[in-house]
Amino acid sequence: MRYAMAVDTKKCVGCSDCVVACQTENNVPIGFCRDWITETVDGSYPNVEIELRSERCNHCENAPCVRCCPTGASHIVDGGVVLVTHDECIGCGACIQSCPYDARYSHPDGYVDKCTFCMHRVEKGQLPACVAVCPTKCLYFGDLDDPNSDVSNALRNRKYKVLADEAGTNPQIYYLI
Amino acid sequence: MNEELFISGRNIPNIDPYLNIWHWQIPIYLFLGGLAAGILFFAGLFTVMGKEKEMETTVKWATFLVPVALVLGLIALFLDLKHQLYFWRLYTVIRLQSPMSWGAWTLMIITPVSLIWAAAYMKELWPGWNWKMKILDDFDAWVNKNRKYVAWVMMFYAVILGIYTGILLSAFNARPLWNNSILGPLFLVSGMSTGAATIMWMSKSHYERKVMGRIDLLLITIELFLITHMIMGFLAGPSVQLEAANLFLGGQFTVSFWVFVIILGLLFPAALEVLELAGYKVPVAVPAFLILLGGLIFRFIMVEAGQITRYLY
Repeated sequence: MRYAMAVDTKKCVGCSDCVVACQTENNVPIGFCRDWITETVDGSYPNVEIELRSERCNHCENAPCVRCCPTGASHIVDGGVVLVTHDECIGCGACIQSCPYDARYSHPDGYVDKCTFCMHRVEKGQLPACVAVCPTKCLYFGDLDDPNSDVSNALRNRKYKVLADEAGTNPQIYYLI
Repeated sequence: MNEELFISGRNIPNIDPYLNIWHWQIPIYLFLGGLAAGILFFAGLFTVMGKEKEMETTVKWATFLVPVALVLGLIALFLDLKHQLYFWRLYTVIRLQSPMSWGAWTLMIITPVSLIWAAAYMKELWPGWNWKMKILDDFDAWVNKNRKYVAWVMMFYAVILGIYTGILLSAFNARPLWNNSILGPLFLVSGMSTGAATIMWMSKSHYERKVMGRIDLLLITIELFLITHMIMGFLAGPSVQLEAANLFLGGQFTVSFWVFVIILGLLFPAALEVLELAGYKVPVAVPAFLILLGGLIFRFIMVEAGQITRYLY
């Protein structure tokens, strides 16, 4: 099993609903976020291109945060999801330094926090909160090993890219372009 | 034009717009750790060589600084933690992939070893010193009898400690300035140089100062070579490393790096040491102080600048 997500950059309108849904679902403290929207602008008017991306932890296969963690609090569970065990985390910041995507933050309670792919929902057969609320249905979530999952279907028919491929992390959030 | 914005209002403390999760505690610890590694290495080296008489400050008196430096460094590291009550989790597991894990274990070993090393010289420092417990007196005698073996252990862990201060940073591939294999040796050499400078400053013997001055000169030369090598490596690297090198070659750290680290911290004290070796009278405190200050500023700059460098999407 290999959970992954695809983000359709052509359908995303940057409404930030995924951000708010995540903050509500996961009780993210005010001022922090586990997902966010990036807008990349190339060129200048009238030859201008805008790309909107809903970004979050990439749940990398070769996760530098897991490698650097001195206590093993950062770990990979079944399905390739990267999680943090709060009461094993000492808050040293090594994983925050090691993440090329700046996807982790130091929770006001001390431990490091990040996107969990809403594993508490996925285990019950539900979709991650961000995917469930997306009004343009631009987020696809599922198991890459299952050829009929939403994410496999999305990746089969479209060109896609990943972020900072050159960092060698083998990220599992795919951006349809 | 190419620009990138967060449009969902992301502004996480210490992460946006630039990563700044490690503050003064980390460079202070890296400096103290390197200094301790340097002093312990030389103390071990001259003990193994059988030069306890000629190099008294190196082998005996300077090592009293080491446990103090290491404990202060450990306090700094502890202050840096955000989930402090769980710090003991470090010592529930050894993860060789994580430099911070084996570094923490190295500190766990070398701090007591350095304390024992210095404590066993207490009787020489204060004649009439008494441990007041037979077991401690016996242990003291045992350590003094087996100094050479303890020295080997100490040298081994001193090198690991010194190199760890660099590898800690170079293991983060997300920070292109740190992510180069020369950083470990560079921090080791720089730490040994600050150790040598401290010994030089403390020593009253002319012979000892001269020996440490020569060693220090050699270390400064190696350090300059390694820094050149590091910058050459960046300039031959991918765009993220070019950007990292640019912080020192015209970017925001140019003046602090070249003036305080290269000129005042390395070239000027090296010149003073050459003058001294040539027979001129130079107060030893001046080059020693400059080397220590240069080493400290170097670590502050590396930690600060490294956090700014990143992968751009």
